[in-house]
Amino acid sequence: MKSILLLPLGDVDRGLIEDLSPLLEETFDTRVEIQPYALDLGQFHDAERLQYNSTKILYHIATNHVAAGPREQNPKGRKILAVMALDLYIPVLTYVFGEAELGGRVSVVSYHRLAPERYGLPRNRSLLLDRIWKEAVHELGHAFGLVHCPVQLCVMHSSSYVEDIDLKGGHFCTSCRRGLVSPGL
Amino acid sequence: MKPKDVGILVVDDELIVRDSLTKWFREDGYRVDAAESAAAALRKLQPGCYQIMLVDIKMPGMDGIELLERIKEIDSGIIVLIITAFASVESAVKALKLGAHDYITKPIDPDYLDHVIEKALREQELARENIRLRETVTELSDAVEIIGESSEMQKVMEMVTTVAPTDTTVLIRGESGTGKELIARSIHAASPRRFCPMVTVNCGAMTETLLESELFGHERGAFTGAQYRRKGKIELADGGTLFLDEVGNIDGKTQMDLLRVIETKQFMRVGGSETLHSDFRVICATNADLEEAVRAGSFREDLYYRLNVFTIDLPPLRGRRGDVAKLSHYFLERFSRQMNKRVRGFTPEAMHALKAYDWPGNVRELENAIERAMVVTKGEAIEREHLPLQALAGPRNGGQRLEDVERRHIEEVLKETSWNISRSAAILDIDRVTLYHKIEKFGLKRET
Repeated sequence: MKSILLLPLGDVDRGLIEDLSPLLEETFDTRVEIQPYALDLGQFHDAERLQYNSTKILYHIATNHVAAGPREQNPKGRKILAVMALDLYIPVLTYVFGEAELGGRVSVVSYHRLAPERYGLPRNRSLLLDRIWKEAVHELGHAFGLVHCPVQLCVMHSSSYVEDIDLKGGHFCTSCRRGLVSPGL
Repeated sequence: MKPKDVGILVVDDELIVRDSLTKWFREDGYRVDAAESAAAALRKLQPGCYQIMLVDIKMPGMDGIELLERIKEIDSGIIVLIITAFASVESAVKALKLGAHDYITKPIDPDYLDHVIEKALREQELARENIRLRETVTELSDAVEIIGESSEMQKVMEMVTTVAPTDTTVLIRGESGTGKELIARSIHAASPRRFCPMVTVNCGAMTETLLESELFGHERGAFTGAQYRRKGKIELADGGTLFLDEVGNIDGKTQMDLLRVIETKQFMRVGGSETLHSDFRVICATNADLEEAVRAGSFREDLYYRLNVFTIDLPPLRGRRGDVAKLSHYFLERFSRQMNKRVRGFTPEAMHALKAYDWPGNVRELENAIERAMVVTKGEAIEREHLPLQALAGPRNGGQRLEDVERRHIEEVLKETSWNISRSAAILDIDRVTLYHKIEKFGLKRET
């Protein structure tokens, strides 16, 4: 059964997660559930970089939540997206907006660097939600087996800055839509 | 190049770095492999397998710098990006000197990483395109084909080979249609200037003012009708070769201007006041007797000596009859391809007619004759009647061109005297030196 499970991790804006859920349901035409998940994020914190290791978070969820959890909790075909408000990194890069197992089950996205106020601009909740939605779709797209797309407006186009996210759309191009496959879906 | 066609090898002793980068590049669609050491990387490395390698400097055993040297020995085309957590100016300079494309410190800004990979691939593609284009140009340049196995043409080709690599001015002399421009092209094609243009000016086809404007260019308003500034052939030949065909037809004033520009490589456009510079080599050709023109005062002596540094005399086709068959087959094959006609050869009668004819228009006339025959022929062989009428007429019996009459008469006298030069000169009432000149001029050879 195809579905998406949203895991809010740490201190996140619950309202944002609730608003994100129907957007993802519409984009992927699937059921989206929200499930609180208590996780000590301190274990992923790098004191030198003051950031959280997204690869380790992914690995933790994949081994403890998916593999070790009860079968009915993670039926075949269910994709998991952890949503965070903390700054993420992978060791070789300065930061990432999110990370996913390419063609796997788990992905993670953070809105730490997506908020306009971080860049000295006024708060803008709808813009923030738009960015979270695009990045969530992007990371889930990787989980569904998609790689980066050269089409500028496609949601799978690579984005390193928030401006890049604003420029692209929230939907898949025709080619990526065709390639949106998963053993479970 | 699509990402899936690009192979990336990540070489780092830290598993977390290898995994992170592998994952990052896979999301971009690249083919990615990882190696935990320099030795493991070298085991994986096959020429053409990877386009990009990301190499950590500090690794146990062989370090990244030494690995970089080894990579360049195996495949110099691989883009190597050095990554390090401990940047130092010395190691960066050393890596770049050894051929590293870039030097990146960890952690890397994700945007920079994408940018550096895309930029490196773009530059590699440009470098490859550059090589491809140079090869194409070389192929095109080499396509200048001189057909001729006769000793006369072999001698010409030796001269071409000798003079081509130099910057010496060359004067090519020969009758119309002997292939003077072809020889000029082969000199240019074999010269270091071959990647720049060879600009041809037909000096015989223009009036005095037109030739001046053609050679030097003109400024806007320089004369009636000069609505735009126009570059001249001398300016366009910068870096390449200026081929002056029918150089004997240049008028007195232009001869003087040409002499100056050949000597100084500086000139002014017609109507201009700015002194321009152009670096060109001069090759000129003539079917006129320039020495005679100098004596008659119609050609400047100083220009003649400036142009006549290295002279190549092209023999007329009748002076190398042995090449007629080969040339005929060459043109036949060429036109067969162009016209898409299956014509395989000549009947014995047709070949006999071709060999017997004097070809006053030389190779050009032969080429035109074969082309015409190719058009009219229906079968797989060109027959005698397919050849143009002049060829069917057989050897000319004199009376049509003074030069032909002279050549034929000298040939007959030489035959009568068994090539006794003194007796022949006495019969012809000319001195021996003049007879030798005539023999050379007409390409006469004693039959063995």
